[in-house]
Amino acid sequence: MEKDQDKILNDVTSGEYKYGFYSDIEMEQIPKGLNEDTIRIISGKKSEPEWLLDFRLKAFRYWQTMKMPQWANLKIPPIDYQEIIYYAAPKQKVSPKSLDDIDPELKRTFDRLGIPLEEQKHLSGVAVDAVMDSVSVRTTFRETLAESGIIFCSFSDAVREYPDLVRKYLGTVVPYTDNYFASLNSAVFSDGSFCYIPRGVRCPMELSTYFRINAANTGQFERTLLIADEESYVSYLEGCTAPMRDENQLHAAIVEIIAENHAEVKYSTVQNWYPGDKEGKGGIFNFVTKRGLCRGDNSKISWTQVETGSAITWKYPSCILKGDNSTGEFYSVAVTNNFQQADTGTKMIHIGKNTKSTIVSKGISAGRGQNSYRGLVKVLKNATGARNFSQCDSLLLGDKCGAHTFPYLEVDNQSAIIEHEATTSKIGEDQIFYCNQRGISTEDAIGLIVNGYAREVINKLPMEFAVEAQKLLQISLEGSVG
Amino acid sequence: MLIIEDLKAAISGKLILKGISLEVKAGEIHAIMGPNGSGKSTLAAVLAGRDFAEVTNGTVTYMGKNLLEMAAENRSKEGIFLGFQYPIEIPGVSMVNFMKTALNEHRKHKGLEPLSASDFLKLMREKKGLVEIDSKLTSRSVNEGFSGGEKKKNEIFQMAILEPKLAILDETDSGLDIDALRIVANGVNMLKRPDNAAIVITHYQRLLDYIVPDVVHVLYDGRIVKTAGRELALELEEKGYEWIKDHVEEN
Repeated sequence: MEKDQDKILNDVTSGEYKYGFYSDIEMEQIPKGLNEDTIRIISGKKSEPEWLLDFRLKAFRYWQTMKMPQWANLKIPPIDYQEIIYYAAPKQKVSPKSLDDIDPELKRTFDRLGIPLEEQKHLSGVAVDAVMDSVSVRTTFRETLAESGIIFCSFSDAVREYPDLVRKYLGTVVPYTDNYFASLNSAVFSDGSFCYIPRGVRCPMELSTYFRINAANTGQFERTLLIADEESYVSYLEGCTAPMRDENQLHAAIVEIIAENHAEVKYSTVQNWYPGDKEGKGGIFNFVTKRGLCRGDNSKISWTQVETGSAITWKYPSCILKGDNSTGEFYSVAVTNNFQQADTGTKMIHIGKNTKSTIVSKGISAGRGQNSYRGLVKVLKNATGARNFSQCDSLLLGDKCGAHTFPYLEVDNQSAIIEHEATTSKIGEDQIFYCNQRGISTEDAIGLIVNGYAREVINKLPMEFAVEAQKLLQISLEGSVG
Repeated sequence: MLIIEDLKAAISGKLILKGISLEVKAGEIHAIMGPNGSGKSTLAAVLAGRDFAEVTNGTVTYMGKNLLEMAAENRSKEGIFLGFQYPIEIPGVSMVNFMKTALNEHRKHKGLEPLSASDFLKLMREKKGLVEIDSKLTSRSVNEGFSGGEKKKNEIFQMAILEPKLAILDETDSGLDIDALRIVANGVNMLKRPDNAAIVITHYQRLLDYIVPDVVHVLYDGRIVKTAGRELALELEEKGYEWIKDHVEEN
């Protein structure tokens, strides 16, 4: 068995990263480096109003007083912020109105990624905002959605076309002082998606943003702002990929969600940034702040994430349960293989009365991967009747990887009911043999067992993406037997 | 169908099987009996291709092929089925998904098209009746939360779906009440055909009241020390394993 295991472990990288190609697209870039001028240039390129430039500059000045956080269970090599290019955009007209205005190479790139920019070719019922490096290339179905009063566009367009809405909500969930990477993002963010679902509207299709890093030596700092007005519903999905490079690239994003009375937002992520090679060289540093505010009574925000990519993942999609009877959910599958590291989890802050939160975290470690769950459940003094259920499971494949769990509980109200369950298991040789004995190969057995383990989370994804996520799980673990 | 010659196998350097020879022909049912620790389960594991036991000597020929060179999943696809003494739980994997995957691997091996979901469900319904297994169980995860008896019935159910040429049942009767025992045995009997065979490993005689063996072997300390017809099982039941011990020491 030892010999077999070694052989199979060596085959780990046979699961090639499918999206590692680079597109030769004419780019407009600003010089590398970060100072107030950089920020003025970015703001100027987008012809932003004065208040937004002020917001950025305040964030930047604040960031300069901060230190990189060290508390995560991650080994992060030093990052030289002066060596990063903060703005890189495919050369094209600003927000092209027609497909003909888009560089054919760009169209080809997104076709290869399975994200056609032509509406008629796209998965039915899914609208996409396609972002490459620092800008949004195209948003599909914008007009169709507008018929129901839904605003779905790039962040830059939103600043131009709906400045009042953006100004009202920007930074209200994740303030620019929030944390090191959030402050950095607030200073230099370039694009992202904006979405507003008006009162009483059930969004008729899945909305999604597809992030692509293409240019070398750049960082991607996008920002997504999603507002669900009273009694509205939206399901939103993001995906992401990047070319294979030996250098690490920084991705520091912010997602802010606001749910008003009786509104419901489902936010799903299939994160497949380049994870680095089998020696741990290259890969994306994915340092992301995602937070939703259940501002209204009976509102609900649900995060689902399938994290298979990135060299290092540092993210904690969270819910602030401010409205009475509001609900927060976090469903996560995080895979670390080879030298990948992940420190991920959630924060559930119970403020309103009778608020409920559910946390289901499934970590999968293989190779030399290190996987940490870090989660905070906080119940404030006036949050009578708060309920939380947390389940944190870890699955280990092989004996060189690690799984860690860091649950934090802060409960200031006696009526709270908090449950926490945690398990750690190894894919057993006996499970694999049982499958073998029924005619199922070891590779397929692992796929079956891992997908069974992650099923609770995968089931939360929109159907089209659940199938994709299953395949992705299998590919990212190809060959890694324990 | 199966010819074992002077098979020796060790676990962590300790010799467990000390030279076993045995021939099973199509249409036969062989019972292997013996006290705890005699090597019964090791023999089953070696035949099924579990690699914790290292084969140090001997040959195993199955349908004219060298069995010991075949990967475990290929042994399965070539028609060897092991009914586990302790069936394994696989959380989150539904029985339907598990058995559909397994059956379609078998079909692929035979050059057949995979069975569609609806055809597979039809087949499952048909086989469920055979082992009187509760429909609730087949919609659950593999063996998860099953009682001991349910797990054993589930093994026979899987056997019914895969229709093996050679079934090896490793103490399928242990931990079963008399009703479950009857159901399991009926399942085995109904699957009996002139072109397939079974090796029934058991500690007790009582299973052999329901499954009538053609040949009974007694395994003791890694060797087959006695082979006879079904009357041997009864004699063993009456005289106990001490009798075998004395018998071995006499020789």
